Amino acid sequence: MKSAVVVFPGINRETDMMRALEATTGNKPVSVWHTDAVLPKVDLVVVPGGFSYGDYLRCGAIAARSPIMKDIRAKAQKGLKVLGVCNGFQIVAEAGLLPGALVRNAHLHFVCREVKLAVENNSTFFTNRLKKGAVISCPVAHGEGNYICDEETLKALEGEGRVVFRYTQGTNPNGAMNDIAGIVNKAGNVIGMMPHPENMIEPLHGKTDCRPLFESLLAA
Amino acid sequence: MKAKIKVTLKKGVLDPQGKAIEGALSHLGFAGVEHVRQGKYFEIDVAESDRSKAMTEVKAMCEKLIANTVIENYDIELA
Repeated sequence: MKSAVVVFPGINRETDMMRALEATTGNKPVSVWHTDAVLPKVDLVVVPGGFSYGDYLRCGAIAARSPIMKDIRAKAQKGLKVLGVCNGFQIVAEAGLLPGALVRNAHLHFVCREVKLAVENNSTFFTNRLKKGAVISCPVAHGEGNYICDEETLKALEGEGRVVFRYTQGTNPNGAMNDIAGIVNKAGNVIGMMPHPENMIEPLHGKTDCRPLFESLLAA
Repeated sequence: MKAKIKVTLKKGVLDPQGKAIEGALSHLGFAGVEHVRQGKYFEIDVAESDRSKAMTEVKAMCEKLIANTVIENYDIELA
């Protein structure tokens, strides 16, 4: 399983993500700079979290229009696996690879805490090692993670089992519609999620709940 | 030619910042404030002098970057 992690100015979770990928898949991911025009040959590209371009204009808006995203978009349409985490989710949504948008948390506060996630779809490349309905702990750290989309899109996401992760009752940290924490595209190769699974994989993190997510990549 | 662009949240999209401003205004004693929505304003100078060509170009900028049409509307004024 070869992977790449994209780095934009202002991103700050790329090292955590690279460490998590290497620790779980055994392969060191390639770091890709945002001005590169072409991705190396990989099975998965991860867009990590942070504050690309200082969240100017809208979170992820500028990064979504960078040169590397053009190649990622083209390859994603041909089946390349893409995982966007936190700012990465915002970037991937802004790039049009996932429907909807992430807006300001309903209560306006930045949230940095642990939440409980229910795995709603365990047939994706990032959840196949978990049971459907499994509840795992995962940290969140964001100011704009409030998922929003139109009614038709919401109906499709729910009807087609494309809500991958849902905040369990009472833990929704941002007001997201239907407690949505992560979704997958129709083709099944692009996943976006607000929580940070890369920060809950080793004993030093306190819990290892998110390790099976990364181990799922080996079977995908 | 100068394009003045207003970007506003679509109807129905929650605007927590507008809500916070609404609260602050009432703390200041403005009792008559019923509703606040916050938006963005841009001024873009374009070299194009033909009005309709400039409009087409600025509209494309709005669609591609300035606004996220999933959640926002935009309004262009050329001057």
